[in-house]
Amino acid sequence: MDWSYWSALLPDLWQATQDTAQMVVISTIFTIIGGLLLGILLVITDRDGLVEVRWLHAILGFIVNVGRSLPFIILLVAITPFTRLLVGTTIGTTAAIVPLTIAAIPFFARLAESSLREVDNGVVEAARAMGCNGWQIIVKVLVPEALPSLILGVAVTIISLIGYSAIAGAVGAGGLGDLAIQYGYERFDTGVMVVTVVLLVVIVQIIQFAGSWGAAKIARH
Amino acid sequence: MITITNLSKIYGQKEKTIVALDTVSFNVPQGEIFGVLGQSGAGKSTLIRCINLLERPTSGSIHIKEQEITALKGLALRKERQRIGMIFQHFNLLNSRTVADNVAFPLEVMGYSRSARQARVGELLELVGLDGRARAYPAQLSGGQKQRVGIARALAAKPDVLLSDEATSALDPQTTLSILELLRDLNRTMGLTILLITHQMDVVKQICHQVAILEAGKLIEQGRVSALAAQPDSRLAQTLFPHPESYRPRAGATVVTISFTGDATDEPILSNLIRNFDINVNILSGNIENFGDLRLGQLQVELVGGQIEAAIDYLKKLGLRVEVNR
Repeated sequence: MDWSYWSALLPDLWQATQDTAQMVVISTIFTIIGGLLLGILLVITDRDGLVEVRWLHAILGFIVNVGRSLPFIILLVAITPFTRLLVGTTIGTTAAIVPLTIAAIPFFARLAESSLREVDNGVVEAARAMGCNGWQIIVKVLVPEALPSLILGVAVTIISLIGYSAIAGAVGAGGLGDLAIQYGYERFDTGVMVVTVVLLVVIVQIIQFAGSWGAAKIARH
Repeated sequence: MITITNLSKIYGQKEKTIVALDTVSFNVPQGEIFGVLGQSGAGKSTLIRCINLLERPTSGSIHIKEQEITALKGLALRKERQRIGMIFQHFNLLNSRTVADNVAFPLEVMGYSRSARQARVGELLELVGLDGRARAYPAQLSGGQKQRVGIARALAAKPDVLLSDEATSALDPQTTLSILELLRDLNRTMGLTILLITHQMDVVKQICHQVAILEAGKLIEQGRVSALAAQPDSRLAQTLFPHPESYRPRAGATVVTISFTGDATDEPILSNLIRNFDINVNILSGNIENFGDLRLGQLQVELVGGQIEAAIDYLKKLGLRVEVNR
């Protein structure tokens, strides 16, 4: 393994890193929006919630459980018609964002749900006693009070998405995981495999550190 | 100010029901501090939470001023809640907000402008003695300071009444005193009407004008604190002046409970009993309690021999309440 080998590989590595970043960043944004909404709905529709609607809670809970029980590779294939409908293609980075988001939303929804449940009921009660409406309680009390815990949940979700994105390589989505499989696994190129895996480990470490740091900074007060 | 009429709250359905409040009625006059005293499980929390409809009573009505609270819902109820301040045992502050932003919270909900909020928050923090801590977070405060923030927040919208849900139960005795003093000052200077629930007799003794005793969901006694305390057979007096129950009078002895208020305490009554009526006096228990400006005392003595009937007449003529239990 000489220098020319690595310099030829470098553009591939860079491209793969960009692909992974693109898939993960975009699906994370949609996941936070969708998962937080779903998590809030799960909390407020539950028994003794702000707007108790038990049947809706049961349905949402069921959907989330189904979403969470499907293995990602199955989901990826199963929803290809939906993916084509949404983004017009079933291969490539853009196409991977759809199943990634759909797989991560129920995951983050459960994390968000448990974060929101940790908010002291007394604080919610105080807000009600001050004349807050339901919307104000969600926006001014539940979410801000749960924020440190929600940030940790986002970090865990991003890391899961990085893992899923490697599997999405199976539909030609590109990315670091795909690189590791194609060069490392299928062509028995251990050097590339090790480099991509090390890169993934470093990225995951950075995200977990950033999440913990952000949560601690907010929770300190 | 607050009129509660036949308030009942029943939990559960059909077969398994728990009566938390059983036809409770009382009236809190404007400008007074009214205490509801009871053991845990007596229904105090349910009672205070019914007043701003955090819990809806099963039956009965609540009026604050002319407004029937129990008839309200939705927006009208939320508007009315803004006129009722509330403080809590565990303070219930928002940890994600600074002291100033916690106090500003109700004003924010009501749609005050930022500058109006800032001005009001400054006043309030000074009022509760927390100026200089505006930028601190709740986690950086002591329990007493947190409750001061809670009080400032409860008063932000200039409410007609303040509800206090065991506000001092999580505080040490010293801090409890300082919070009670603050509440009394607010009552005196602003004429704030306070309805508080507590299991601490000290709270009632220190600041309440009137008290109601709640037991198993029922009001079993109600009246002015000084009047009830001076009445030896009242539940309040019995709790304040506990007697050694195991004591049985000896043969030929008479046990007498003497209650006195203020001036009568100056008379050397025991010396007079011994000297003038040829009686042997044995002190069983004695206690003096202060209620604001009023001093109340109770003395339980055993009298043996001599002219006991004449001695009791003498005590009664002094204006003392005398209870004889042989």
